[in-house]
Amino acid sequence: MANAIAFLTRTRGRNGRWDWTDWVSYGYLMFGVFIIFGPILWLMMSSFKTEADIYRYPPKFLPHVQETVMVDGYDDPLPLYSIVSGEHKGRTLAQLRRVGLVAQMIDPRNPDERLKVNISDREAIESVGFAFGNYTEVFERFTLLRYFYNSTFITLVTTAIALIANSMAAFALSKYQFRGRTAILMVVIGTLMIPQTVVLVPLFMVVRELGLVNNLWGVIIPSAATPTGVFLLRQYMLTIPDEILDAARMDKASEWKIFWRIILPLSAPAIAVLAILSIIWRWNDFLWPLIVLSENEQFTLQLALNSLQGESIIEWSYLLAMTVLTLLPVTVVFMFLQKYITTGIASTGGK
Amino acid sequence: MQMPFRGSWGGFMLSVLTPLMKIVEIPFVLVQKFFGVRRVAWVFLAPNLILFALFAFIPIYLNFAYSFTSGGNILLEDRPDAGWENFRTLTACDNYLDPNSCERDVFWRALFNTVWFVTLQVAFMVGFSLVTAIILNREIRARGFFRSVFFFPVMLSPVVIALTWKWILQRHGILNASLDAMGYEPVWWLVDRQWAFAWSVFLTVWAHMGFYTLILLAGLQAIPRDVYDAALMDRASPWRTFRHITLPLLSPTMLVVLVLAGIKGVQTFDEVYAFTGGGPGSATTLIIQYIYETGFGGAPRLFGLAAAASILIAGLLVILTGLQFWANRRNVDG
Amino acid sequence: MATVGLKSVRKSFGSAEVIKGIDLEIEHGEFCVFVGPSGCGKSTLLRMISGLEPITSGDVSIGGEVVNDIGAADRGLAMVFQSYALYPHMTVRQNLSFGLENINTPKPEIAGKVDEVSKMLQIGELLERRPKDLSGGQRQRVAIGRAVVREPRVFLFDEPLSNLDAELRVDMRGEIAALHKRLGNTMIYVTHDQVEAMTMADKIAVLRSGELEQFGTPLELFNRPDNLFVAGFIGSPRMNFIEGTINTDGGTSLSLTTEETVPLPSDGCEFGEGQTVTLGIRPNDLRPTDGGFMSMEVASVEQLGTDSYLYGSLKNGTAVTIHSPGQTSVSPGQTIEVGAGTDAMHLFDTASGKTLRRD
Repeated sequence: MANAIAFLTRTRGRNGRWDWTDWVSYGYLMFGVFIIFGPILWLMMSSFKTEADIYRYPPKFLPHVQETVMVDGYDDPLPLYSIVSGEHKGRTLAQLRRVGLVAQMIDPRNPDERLKVNISDREAIESVGFAFGNYTEVFERFTLLRYFYNSTFITLVTTAIALIANSMAAFALSKYQFRGRTAILMVVIGTLMIPQTVVLVPLFMVVRELGLVNNLWGVIIPSAATPTGVFLLRQYMLTIPDEILDAARMDKASEWKIFWRIILPLSAPAIAVLAILSIIWRWNDFLWPLIVLSENEQFTLQLALNSLQGESIIEWSYLLAMTVLTLLPVTVVFMFLQKYITTGIASTGGK
Repeated sequence: MQMPFRGSWGGFMLSVLTPLMKIVEIPFVLVQKFFGVRRVAWVFLAPNLILFALFAFIPIYLNFAYSFTSGGNILLEDRPDAGWENFRTLTACDNYLDPNSCERDVFWRALFNTVWFVTLQVAFMVGFSLVTAIILNREIRARGFFRSVFFFPVMLSPVVIALTWKWILQRHGILNASLDAMGYEPVWWLVDRQWAFAWSVFLTVWAHMGFYTLILLAGLQAIPRDVYDAALMDRASPWRTFRHITLPLLSPTMLVVLVLAGIKGVQTFDEVYAFTGGGPGSATTLIIQYIYETGFGGAPRLFGLAAAASILIAGLLVILTGLQFWANRRNVDG
Repeated sequence: MATVGLKSVRKSFGSAEVIKGIDLEIEHGEFCVFVGPSGCGKSTLLRMISGLEPITSGDVSIGGEVVNDIGAADRGLAMVFQSYALYPHMTVRQNLSFGLENINTPKPEIAGKVDEVSKMLQIGELLERRPKDLSGGQRQRVAIGRAVVREPRVFLFDEPLSNLDAELRVDMRGEIAALHKRLGNTMIYVTHDQVEAMTMADKIAVLRSGELEQFGTPLELFNRPDNLFVAGFIGSPRMNFIEGTINTDGGTSLSLTTEETVPLPSDGCEFGEGQTVTLGIRPNDLRPTDGGFMSMEVASVEQLGTDSYLYGSLKNGTAVTIHSPGQTSVSPGQTIEVGAGTDAMHLFDTASGKTLRRD
């Protein structure tokens, strides 16, 4: 047991003692966990609250639902209240309906007698419970699956096109000595410098000329033209020895065969990193879809979410549920691939 | 890193793809036969170059063209030539330190906002990332877990991030409830100009610091263990070790992080737009939002003006990117 | 017949000429070694023969046919690379089959050939492994196997043993020689190691800065080096070089800069009075004798039991090495007299470096 404690508290192998720097370090990290997961957790908890629970002030952390009771003669369950003052003080009553400041209530054990109670005399009986109503209603009220399909389609197709085009270009730029290579490299660097955010107007014109406004392809094709992928893959392909290519040429492999049988499998780690990054980027894209897609039918999840909060009265109950649904896929991907993603970013991100 | 594709599944894919690849191969073989091996590179480049041409080169060229025209028409041939008028109105100011004296006061306000925003954001971002990276570089239990926690927000969409914090900061939100419980006055966080701006900076730092933490952590881990052992043998205090060994050896990475954060900072739009919509008033309107709203926000669509503003921002970004390449090179050489 | 011919082959990268016009004829079935210090262009020359590197001018012919415009894949050659260049993501079997698949060889035939070759190279057990799970020697065998399985007309080896440790290198040397004997193909082998060249080659081409210094059998190069460079490069330890001036007064002799005089062979060489020449004597031809023609101060002695090496310098400071069989009683600090037979002397013109031997 003592050993276990020593093991748990050992930090730098110095006799198992903690000095103040260790306390500060772990304190900082725990605070970080709180600051990052706290809001997300709060969002999730809130999304499982009923409408009334959402607007409760001060709020409770866990979602609560009001207890109900089935009373003979009534089809729906009736909400339960405890009476805290007035003539029925101390009793537990079920509410039939409310008229102004007075509620019509009955005692579940004696359903025939109707009682009138001032609403300030009663308190709802609640217990911790998750309400899924927001989620089911979000699906009923909005074409959520449509948005989900749009987002997924854009994300996957863009990633596929970008991976194919970028890996081919990266191969040409890393493994061939040809006239004009430096020029092309400069051009790619140039496009890296001018991000799409600053050429919005003419980019929109090009897409419009191609007839792709309000069309998912209008989002997909311009997004596939990112120089980042070319750079990332080129950096990786430069590390593949040229002799392997020479060996393949001696083995009578065509240039295309060298690309897809040798270079692609050998670049798999970099391609996987790029694929994951691209999926996340495209899933989260906002500005460009916002410009190209103006019809609700074509909205991505992000656009739908944003349009919902843009309305004059924010309906938090739907908004919270939809926000959770939007962040869920990315969170799941991250949970499974977090190690892969973080090491991938660390090795390629800064370049 | 492991190679994810392997084994029988790979073999299956191969048998499916091989006939297809035989067809794809044809242009490559023809080019090689008639133009030589080196020219095959152009065939590999073609798809990407076509995409670049359509969606990068042509837009960049058009951006210049649009910036010298005026009017509300979309088609370039319908737009009257405006000469330098767009640039003139953008830069016309009686007093450059006072946006209200400028002809395009919103542009200048957005520009001032952006400068402030980027300065604060980069300072906090780099500061917190550095502290986090240094702590994570210690012999920390569950380092992988903590690293992933800090990185998690990087993966979230701007809209989700904005809504999450908006929910916390709303008038009857949990933050105000907590203040209330502790006996303080609740605050209208997003209605107060200063608070809205401060929270916008906080939001972006919260969302992106994990990325820079990772890069700095990689930089820290690249410092050889031996150097620290040698410092220990030289009886260097922890502070002196940090000051004279860690910081100088980390400075190339720091430079990359600084410049990268600067570039991304200038391009900030999504989070803040979804968070505050640029308000209250124009307190959190950043330059990209100005371009978006000028060009697409409403009638009249001032494409010419938006394009001219883009060019000014592009100039700034080109300088910052140039700095990044310089920093990267130093990083590699160092 | 797979002869390989080079006719005034040149190669320039921009303005830098790295191969400066080489003429060479390699006979069918010959094991030819290109040797030279690093940067002499030997690997470039090999890659030019292979077709991986285009030639700037001149002709490369294989089997009497000029192949300048034929791609690397179609020259009927196979190459073993310095880094082995095995495909890291393929098993050994896939590595061996890849080339045959590319020329649409039927599957059973591929399997047969792979089995045969892997048996010959004793890599049968390794067929399902990947290159990273193999030792250096095993990778080497697979790389050779990949070349053999294609049944090429000519084998090209680019410093194939340089990544192996000393012991393994000796083993593989023997195996490659045995392979050559068994297959009987023309082989071209590039190395910077003159011992490898001497032990394996039928013919050696010594290259320096893009030029062919000498081409011949190992013993030709050893016994009759054409110039100072070849003389110094071939043979270990290195040949001793001593400068002097020709003196034809009363019999031919050489006045060394140490003011000692060396009697020279009266015929076989061509020189003039007063010419500055370099005398070359191999360490094992130089021996301590009383009445030798020059004196040497011994700085250190290595006793290997069966051989001994004496290192020292002449009066003018020129470093000299003596290799003598058996053991020696000479000790460091001693000054001894050394001499050599006239038939063991090589004479070179100091200015041009060319041999003065008359053929």
